Amino acid sequence: MITFTIRKQLRSFALDVSGGFARGVNVLSGPSGAGKTTLLRIIAGLDVPDAGRVVIDDEVVQDAGHRVPAFRRGVAYVFQEYALFPHLDVLTNVGYGLAAHGVARAERERVAHGWLERLGLAAVAHARPGTLSGGERQRVALGRALAGAPRAVLLDEPFAALDRVTRERVRAELAALVATLDVPVVLVTHDDEDAAAFDAPVLRMEQGAFVN
Amino acid sequence: MIRAAVAAAAALLILFIVVPLVALCVHVAPDRIVHAVTTPMGRDALRLSLTTTACSLALTLALGTPLAYVLARSTVPGRSVLDAIIDLPIVVPPAVAGLALLFAFGHFGVAGPLLDALHLRIAFTTTAVVLAQLFVGAPFYVRAARAGFVSVSRTLEEASETLGMGPLRTFARITVPLAFPVLAGGAMLAWARALGEFGATIMFAGNLQGVTQTLPLAVYLGLQSGDLELSASLAIVLVAIALAVAGGVRVLERRAS
Repeated sequence: MITFTIRKQLRSFALDVSGGFARGVNVLSGPSGAGKTTLLRIIAGLDVPDAGRVVIDDEVVQDAGHRVPAFRRGVAYVFQEYALFPHLDVLTNVGYGLAAHGVARAERERVAHGWLERLGLAAVAHARPGTLSGGERQRVALGRALAGAPRAVLLDEPFAALDRVTRERVRAELAALVATLDVPVVLVTHDDEDAAAFDAPVLRMEQGAFVN
Repeated sequence: MIRAAVAAAAALLILFIVVPLVALCVHVAPDRIVHAVTTPMGRDALRLSLTTTACSLALTLALGTPLAYVLARSTVPGRSVLDAIIDLPIVVPPAVAGLALLFAFGHFGVAGPLLDALHLRIAFTTTAVVLAQLFVGAPFYVRAARAGFVSVSRTLEEASETLGMGPLRTFARITVPLAFPVLAGGAMLAWARALGEFGATIMFAGNLQGVTQTLPLAVYLGLQSGDLELSASLAIVLVAIALAVAGGVRVLERRAS
């Protein structure tokens, strides 16, 4: 469970929201530039609000004079362009979060291989991200985010970088995968079709505020 | 016509660089070069050049890397001023740099009373050699490293942090490996500049065999004292070291990319 009360001045308006994301999929929709990504970044610890409070699983991670850094929040973030590490192979990318938490190499590779099997990426385990297709990259980014057993998963426009055909297939794959997770999953999209594809509550944001 | 002119201009400059170096090398028989580095003066100068440039390179990396990173990532208002300060040692003549260092760290310099109180003497010591090299060489590394860090997307660092790696581990595992070819190139330039350092060293550290007389100073002294063969031999040693390191860095860069 994630709850938040946040205020942050953006260029032409203020992000001013309070609410929460429960276990399971939550869709956050709205036009580009509405403040969706900023909200996600504040929850992940990548941005600092002017004022407000963020609580993840009863732990206050952001409050006046108190801020848990991103690397101690256990919040996985899938970036719009995936941000895969170009110098590391797919297996190492997926095992990266485990390495961060001190998991030994053998165990790390075992878990990462398990995710690659599950995501249909076993054949490209030793490829560099630069050689993969858009759909494959998206799955690597997802595997990397999930392998470290995060407390929450934030997906920023996960379909934006994909072509139309790939997009529909990936949407179905993602829906099936995140349905099995027992943590809050927040999916940001500016596309109403994406929002409708998930059987999930939809929060709509415009000009920095929720409009439901 | 234009193509021929371009080719001629390029060939002229290449020849201009190659001919003097070849002329230097054919001037001395190989056994004389070996002999030169076994003379007390040659041996001391070689040892001093290798140790002082190793020290100045270590200082350059230790102090220059954090600065380059801050310059690459921060958006503070004074950044352009910092950039200009970093570029200063590149445009200031080395002799002027040496004089400035003397006015700063010499016995009568601004830091003189403090250094005296601590019983530290810097001017005309091996430490002065290292400081002169740091002064003239570090900007080459900082400039390159800043460009290298800028080329690494901030989003990759953020991705690493959301996966649980702290800022230092992210720097070591993501930022440095991705910027490595540029960092290595910059470090090589800084080191080569330090190895060839002459003007600032002779002003600030003097020319004392075994203490401050590095290879370039020994080359100069050889010529002054009429021992042209010794001078040329040590000069060839300098060129050989520089070429070997430049080649080594190219290999490293290719392997990294």
